Amino acid sequence: MALSFDAIFAKVQVRFPAAGAGSAPNGARWIEVQPSEALGVATFLKGDPALSFDSLCCLSGIDLLRFPALQKDGPSSDALVCAYDLHSLEHRHEVRVKVFASRTRPEVPSVESVWGVAGYFEREIFDLLGVEFPGHHDLRRILTPQDWVGHPLRKDYVYPEAYAGVELKREGQTFESGPYK
Amino acid sequence: MNLEREGDYITLSMGPHHPATHGVLRLEVTTDGEVIRACKPDIGYLHRSIEKIGECLEWYQFVPYTDRVDYVCSMNSNHAWVCAVETLLASSEETRLAIPERAEYIRILFAELNRISSHMVGLGSMTMDMGAFTPFLHALSQREFINDIFEKTCGARLTYNYMCVGGLVRDLHAGAENEIRAMLEGLEKAMIDFNRLISSNNIFKARLAGVAAVSAEDAVSYGLVGPNLRGSGVDFDLRRDKPYGLYERFRFDVPVGKAYAGADGRLGDCYDRYVVRLLEVLESIRICRQALDQMPPASGVEDDPVGGWCVAKAAQKALRKPPVGEVYFRCENPRGETGYHIVSDGTKFPYRIKIRTGSFTAMSIFEKLVPGLMIADLVALIGSFDIVLPEVDR
Repeated sequence: MALSFDAIFAKVQVRFPAAGAGSAPNGARWIEVQPSEALGVATFLKGDPALSFDSLCCLSGIDLLRFPALQKDGPSSDALVCAYDLHSLEHRHEVRVKVFASRTRPEVPSVESVWGVAGYFEREIFDLLGVEFPGHHDLRRILTPQDWVGHPLRKDYVYPEAYAGVELKREGQTFESGPYK
Repeated sequence: MNLEREGDYITLSMGPHHPATHGVLRLEVTTDGEVIRACKPDIGYLHRSIEKIGECLEWYQFVPYTDRVDYVCSMNSNHAWVCAVETLLASSEETRLAIPERAEYIRILFAELNRISSHMVGLGSMTMDMGAFTPFLHALSQREFINDIFEKTCGARLTYNYMCVGGLVRDLHAGAENEIRAMLEGLEKAMIDFNRLISSNNIFKARLAGVAAVSAEDAVSYGLVGPNLRGSGVDFDLRRDKPYGLYERFRFDVPVGKAYAGADGRLGDCYDRYVVRLLEVLESIRICRQALDQMPPASGVEDDPVGGWCVAKAAQKALRKPPVGEVYFRCENPRGETGYHIVSDGTKFPYRIKIRTGSFTAMSIFEKLVPGLMIADLVALIGSFDIVLPEVDR
């Protein structure tokens, strides 16, 4: 039977009292979990017969550095967020779980053992946002070259001026202002 | 070299320039003679940081980039993106858009036509990987007819940039309905010919039957989606189970794998994935015909709620100040679920765009699935997954 967000959250909170519920102004809702509990919550969400979230649809990393609107609810203002979009093929319900990792030491336990596909998603977030996933069997860069410096999807990313001896900057161009505004 | 002895493994690079990897994919395979003992995919050769580029563009400017996420089915990529943005806009009364009904039908019609042409490429190149060249030409020649229609309507044969937030860039060209109907007739005949030509061919079947079978449990855990998931017998299709657009008004079946290859076959093997794609083409033809039957006639007025094609002014106004928040939108593309996780901070620039693609997640199962296969079977596996490398690397 498909459960509502409130019912799913209630079940999670019974088992993990520290879990909280978050929401965005547009009505999107999610469950907030501390990094230390992430693996436990993931195992519970997949294993509990009434929830049975068997597929991890999407695992996206979001850098909250320049996002005032979401910072009110988040536990830290410049966190790196991992958002897990889960779906249950058995019950046909969905939920989003967010783990807020601190910017100074971004570490979220790997959920590779729960959903196989997480391994690739986590490598992508490690590559582009610099979140570490202890427990991952092969945490390397995946989309950028292995010797790339920095994590491009961070909001404070400094654009490289050269790579492997090739100038990336045209004459007179500055990257200081960041994206075109 | 004595290949019987353990320890005589050779590590080889398959790709990045290899005709059977369908693009720039490098597979680091450790072989024991003809048998693969370990396989590590190396991706990223086509990484164009589309997600990062998206953060520097206004909402409506991102559509041409979605074309290039998966250029074999640009219409579907467009569809997923515009639906995601429209879902975000629909979360506030002020920005909600009423998409003209005709535009929604044309979107589905073109998405299904593009699904057919994408499956044509997938099926055709798979037969070519298996050593049969003629079916490839048959499939691609049919794809040309679909491209002709797209070209007449939107001016491009590959990267269409046809859908926009609020509707479509322009209405169908005059006489398109009849052209598409006639084309579908020919297409259906060609598919039957294609099926007779290759599907029961003993060599082709023997190359695919029982090879690289994926259990339903593994398919779900490793994020296989679309035809690859259904090939393993999981009956899930977003168009039917979580309908978007007007899909709930359509009647179609969802083909799933059931060890079609017979005695040698196993559920979820390469042949099942092939058959599921073949049957999906026929279902898409059904959907196209229903779309043509149900579509309201063109009114000639751009923002007419029934027969128009775009509410451009309302969309432009809404996109200047979209609701703050986030949306994860899932769309059934030829290569399975394409998801756009978009985060909006209320400005005219997206704060974050995450693109979840079927090919990227399909790569994650290689490390587990490939050991034990022959080198030639790896080619069959890549072909049967129908991966498209720009979609893997984005």
